Amino acid sequence: MQIPAGLTRILMKKIQRLEMDGISKSFHGIPANKDIHLSVASGEILGLLGENGAGKTTLMNILYGLYQPDAGQIRINGMPVQLTTPLDSILHGIGMVHQHFMLIQNHSVIENIALAYKDTPFFFPKIKLREKIQQFSRQFDFTIDLNKKIWQLSAGEQQRVEIIKALLNGADLLILDEPTSVLTPKEIEELITILRRMKQDGHCVIFISHKLDEIMTICDRVTVLQKGRIVGGADTRKTDKKTLARMMVGREVVFNINREALTRGNPVLRASRIHVTGDMGLPAIKGISFDLYENEIFGIAGVAGNGQRELAEAITGIRKIDKGQVIINGKNITNLSPRKIYDHGISHVPEERIRFGIAPGLFLYDNAILKQHHLKKFSRGHFLRYRYIKDHTRDLVTQFNVSTPSIDSQIRNLSGGNIQKLILGREISEHPQLLVASHPTYGLDVGATEFLRQHLLRLRSQGSSILLFSEDLEEIFELCDRIGVLFAGEFMGIFDSDDDRLCDIGLMMAGSKRF
Amino acid sequence: MEEIIISTLQRTLVAGTPLLLATTGEIICERSGILNLGVEGVMALGAVTAFIVTMTTGSPWLGVLAALIAGMVISIIHAVASVTLQANQVVSGLALTMLGLGLSGMVGKSYVGKPLTIKMEDVTIPFLSDIPFIGKAVFSQSPFFFLAVALALGAWFLLERTRLGIQIRSTGENPKATETQGVNVFLIRYLSVIIGGGFSALAGAHLSISYSKSWIEGMTAGRGWIAIALTIFALWNPGRAIWAAFLFGGIFVVQYLMQPLGISPNFLAMLPYIATLLILLLISLKDPRKLNAPAMLSTPYKRGER
Repeated sequence: MQIPAGLTRILMKKIQRLEMDGISKSFHGIPANKDIHLSVASGEILGLLGENGAGKTTLMNILYGLYQPDAGQIRINGMPVQLTTPLDSILHGIGMVHQHFMLIQNHSVIENIALAYKDTPFFFPKIKLREKIQQFSRQFDFTIDLNKKIWQLSAGEQQRVEIIKALLNGADLLILDEPTSVLTPKEIEELITILRRMKQDGHCVIFISHKLDEIMTICDRVTVLQKGRIVGGADTRKTDKKTLARMMVGREVVFNINREALTRGNPVLRASRIHVTGDMGLPAIKGISFDLYENEIFGIAGVAGNGQRELAEAITGIRKIDKGQVIINGKNITNLSPRKIYDHGISHVPEERIRFGIAPGLFLYDNAILKQHHLKKFSRGHFLRYRYIKDHTRDLVTQFNVSTPSIDSQIRNLSGGNIQKLILGREISEHPQLLVASHPTYGLDVGATEFLRQHLLRLRSQGSSILLFSEDLEEIFELCDRIGVLFAGEFMGIFDSDDDRLCDIGLMMAGSKRF
Repeated sequence: MEEIIISTLQRTLVAGTPLLLATTGEIICERSGILNLGVEGVMALGAVTAFIVTMTTGSPWLGVLAALIAGMVISIIHAVASVTLQANQVVSGLALTMLGLGLSGMVGKSYVGKPLTIKMEDVTIPFLSDIPFIGKAVFSQSPFFFLAVALALGAWFLLERTRLGIQIRSTGENPKATETQGVNVFLIRYLSVIIGGGFSALAGAHLSISYSKSWIEGMTAGRGWIAIALTIFALWNPGRAIWAAFLFGGIFVVQYLMQPLGISPNFLAMLPYIATLLILLLISLKDPRKLNAPAMLSTPYKRGER
C-alpha cells in the first residue's frame, strides 16, 4: 500500500530504519545499479565505498527522489514509500548534500536557505527566517554571515549551508556525497565533529566516499559498491583498509607503478612572477615562478579552487596573464593566442574533458584533429584531407586503445575513459615539448587510469616535460619528480618528490604551513 | 513655458507607460530563465484585442481584461515550446512575434482607422495633483500609468520580498539546484512566461485604447523590442525599469519638441531606436559579471539528466 508523503510523515515520527531492497537502475541501457540491498539505522553512520562510476551517487539520487528506480523498493521503518520527487524525500525526512553543492551562487546564504526550507513564509521570507536560522546555527556552532553571497564563501562554509538546509527541514537521514573532496584537512575535522554530534542526536548518516581512510575513521559500517553492484560490507572495527581496497577494486591493488629514474634534461619552460585574475575578478595566481625541465613531471597539488585552473589556462593561452612572463626555449609566449602557443610545443589535456576537450556532436575523426587541422598533412587551403585524417584517427585509436564501434561515431557516445584516451593521443601525437595535464584521470576507472599514467610516464622518458594538476595525492606521489603545493594562488613550497618535508603536505594544502 | 514643461512631462509619462509594462513583464519572465522575444507580437495582439472589445462592448475595462487574457493565452505557446519541448527560445520567441503581428493585422483589418469614441477617464489623485508643476503632470494621468507603476513596484516586491520571488530567481540561476529543493521549476517557468505575456498585452491595450485611441497594423512600432533592451538596461530589476522606461518615454516625446527646429522628422523618428542601440552598446562595456543577468537565461532545463 502506498501512502502519500505528507501523511506518512505524520504517522511516523522519525526514521528508525531505512532499507533499500533490490534497487536497479539503468541509463540508456547501461546499468548503473543492479539489485542493491542496503539498510541504515538511527544513530549510525554508514559508509558507501566505491570507485568513481561505481554507482554510489546514482543510488543516493534514487533515495533523494531525483531518479526513479527501474525495480526494487524503499522502506522506511518497514513501510514501503514512493519517492518520486525531492520534495517527497524531504517530507519523509531525507536530506542530501550533493557533491556539487546545490546552491545558487549569486544568491545570499539566507535566500538559499529560504528556497530550501519547506515552511518558508510567503511574505518577507528573508526577514522572518533570520532569527530561526541564527538560533539553529548557535546550536550547531556554525558561524556564517547570512547576507554573504554563496560565491564569497569557502567550500567548507558552503557545505555547512547545505547541512543547515537539510537539518532545518528536519532531515533524520542525511546523505553526504563525497563531502570531503573539496575540504581542507581542518575543515574535514570540523565536519567529522558535526557528524558525530548528529549521530548522538539519533540521526542516520550515509557517507559516500572513495577514500578508505575517511571511511575507516568516520563510519560504523561500510558497504562496498563496484560497477553498480554490492560486492561486500563490513563493520569498520572488524576490517582493515587492505580488505576494503580489494573489495572496491576487485583485485589486489598495486599501490605503486614503476617510474624509472631519469636525470632531468634542459629547462623547457620558465614562468616568472606571473599574476592571473580569476572569473570573479579577484587575483587567482599571485606572482608565482617556476621552471620545467625535460624528462620531468612537475605536479601541482592543492585543494580545488586555489588557482590550478587559472594557472593551466594562463600557460596554454586561454586566460590573460596580467603581469609576468612565460618563456619556452628562450621565446616569450606570454599572452600569445592558444594556437601560437600550441605551435610552440605546448599541448593541453584540459579539465572537464567533455566541456573543454572535445566537440561532443562531432565524429571521432573530427575530434582527433581539433588542434592539428591546420597542419599541411591534414588540410590543403580551405579543404580538409579526410583520407589522411581518418588514417591518423585509426592510428590513434589502435595506439591508445580507444574502444569505439568505429571512427565514424559521434564522440559523445564514448565513455569518459575512452574520450580521455583519444584526447591524450591527440595532444601528444605531435611530440610536444610540454604537456599541461589537468586532472587527467579524474573520474576514470582503474584500467583507464593506469593506462593514462603509463602514457604520461612514457612521454616523460621520451624527453617531454609534463605539468600535472591533480587533486589525487596518490597520483601526484606516483608520477611526479617535483611537487609544488598551491594555496590561494601561491606556492607553499616546491619539493623533490622524496623530500621529507612533504609529510606536511596536508597542512600546506590548507595554507597553514609554508616553506 | 510652464505649459510646455507640464505637457512634456505628461507626454513623457504617457509614452513611457507601455514600455514600463512590457519591460516589467519581460523581467519576470527572464528572471525565471526564459527569454521571450515575443513581446512585440503579444503587444500587438493585446492592442487589437483591447480595441475590438472596447469598441463592441463599450467598456474599456472589459477591453483591458480581454487583452490580458489574450496575451496570457498566446504566451502559453512560448511556454510549451521553451519549457516543455526545450526548443530554442530565440526561434520560438521570434515565431511568437510574427504570429502576434500577423494575427493582429488579420483580426483588426476592418477596424483600421476607426476612431474610438469611448474615453477612459483620467485618474486624478487629490492633494498630490495640486503640487505646482509636477502635480498636474504626474498625478493626473490615465489609469494605465498608475497601473504600470504599481505593477512594477509589485513585481519588485514579488521578486525580492516573497518566497515565490526567490523561487523564480533561483530557477533562472540554477534550475537543477532549485528542483532538488523540492520546487517545481516547470511550473515556475510556465507561470513566469504567462505573467510576462499578460504584461505585454496590457502595454498593447494602453497603446490602442488610451494612447492613440485607434488601431492600425504595426502600431506597436518596435516598442516590444525596446522593452527587451530595457530589460537589460534595467539590470533585470523592476525598480530600475521605472526610470529606464520613462527615460525612453522622454526620448519619444523629444521628437515632437525638436520638430520646429527644422530637423528632419524622419531622423527624429529614429531617435528611440538609436538610443536603444546606444544603451546596449554602453551596457556591453560593463563587466558582464556585474550585469546580474540570470545565469541560466535561455538555457532549457532537462530533468533527470546525468
